[in-house]
Amino acid sequence: MSDTNMTRMTTRVNTTEISPPGVGGDGALGTASAFARQVMAIVAKDLRSELRTKQTWSAMALFALLVLVVFNFAFDLRVENTAAVAPGVLWVAFVFASILGLGRTVAAEHDQGPLDRLLLCPVNRTVVYFAKLIGNVLFIGVVEVVAVPIFAIIYNVPVALGGLVPVVVLGTIGVAAVGTLFAAMAANTRARELLLPVLIFPLLVPVVIAAVRATSALIVPVARDAPWVGLLAAFDVIFLSISAVAFEYVVED
Amino acid sequence: MQVARETTGGVAPPAAASQTGARRVRTLIGATPGERAVTALGLVTGVCMLVTIWAILVAAPVDVVQGMPFRIFYFHVPVAWVTFLAFFIVFVASVAYLWRRDERWDWMARAAAEVGTIFTTVTLITGSLWGRTIWGTWWTWDPRLTTTLILWFIYVGYLMLRSYTGRTASGARTAAVLGIVGFVDVPIDYLSVTWWRSLHPPTTYVQSGLPASAAGTLMFSLFTFTLLFSLLLVLAYQLQRVQTGAEKLRGQAEG
Repeated sequence: MSDTNMTRMTTRVNTTEISPPGVGGDGALGTASAFARQVMAIVAKDLRSELRTKQTWSAMALFALLVLVVFNFAFDLRVENTAAVAPGVLWVAFVFASILGLGRTVAAEHDQGPLDRLLLCPVNRTVVYFAKLIGNVLFIGVVEVVAVPIFAIIYNVPVALGGLVPVVVLGTIGVAAVGTLFAAMAANTRARELLLPVLIFPLLVPVVIAAVRATSALIVPVARDAPWVGLLAAFDVIFLSISAVAFEYVVED
Repeated sequence: MQVARETTGGVAPPAAASQTGARRVRTLIGATPGERAVTALGLVTGVCMLVTIWAILVAAPVDVVQGMPFRIFYFHVPVAWVTFLAFFIVFVASVAYLWRRDERWDWMARAAAEVGTIFTTVTLITGSLWGRTIWGTWWTWDPRLTTTLILWFIYVGYLMLRSYTGRTASGARTAAVLGIVGFVDVPIDYLSVTWWRSLHPPTTYVQSGLPASAAGTLMFSLFTFTLLFSLLLVLAYQLQRVQTGAEKLRGQAEG
């Protein structure tokens, strides 16, 4: 891309950013890149504020490790039952840690008031949704990067990273897609810490089933199994589209 | 209502006895056409329910294989049907609320969720009792059972959300979103549980082709339970309306 081209693009992006939603957007390319820039701006803000304290990440990762350890005692793991139990344990640890983090990211916005400020920004609500979603995926991703090697060690499970990475990424997107919407919903109430897990677990059942089955197929291949990775991707698409549309109604004020 | 107030205010006229009688009748059957319609619906439902219970317990033939416990089938299937009807209404009313922003749709969604949660509970209990006698187990992770249980969790969560948010516009919007997302989630749950259990053979204990008297009993029971559901829905809806009105009045009195 030439220098002049770049400059023109930047100016166009800037005009879109300060104009109200729906007014800017001259051309699909301009709208798309403005959308991406707005999203990344909010993600960068969230990451910066998390990197200052690292409170949420450290608590989430520690909690995930604790879940792994506690389940190890609870199931009395031996060589013969590890392969059956381990994938479920891994995903329960991920989902529990995610809920801890999801509650925090939106709650932090509410306590300090910036969700209102964020909504005052001349950006689309969908931008806010995707920004929070990416932030949550990154937060959960950090936890997973820490937890997977330790899981492989303490459960003594051979982890094929090539196969596991897509499953974990797709599963995390599914959890975060529903989770971002529900964290915003629970934040509208007086008892969000109570309500978030109660609301989110029933909705996450398809994602959890697909993720666990895809993970256990990596450890012990199953003949004639459903195409769980594909299904997981399909669930992600469904939940992402519903949540992206619904988010607007939840935060509207 | 109007007449009743006049009577209490007036000096006791000679016709006081008959007027008290009229007031009693009005309290019983309702003063407005709407209230009388509800009373009529209640009476019809009551009569139909008695006939249904008689049909189920006496008239329907005894199943050759399952014997007497099969009679719970005539309760279980209609109640399960009403469960899904209720949550379909929650879904439609939630969409309508987000679209039209009319709080009557919100009352409708909440009323259907309240009644539907009760019917879901009854579905789970009757199904479990039937399963105990026929399958020998209270519970099995069959797709239908599992989906119904998840449905129950979603809508109990919905009612909790409603009680935590209070009667605010943002609470109504949030609940409407949950009503829609929860409904969309149900078929996905069903599919994923079906695939999860794909290696297990599907179990169907109800043979197709019921004899005429059994089919008739089932149809009539379906009709009766739908009537019962409509009655409860109307009452729950009116309760929502009255409670909202009461809260508004309280707000006016305090502020």
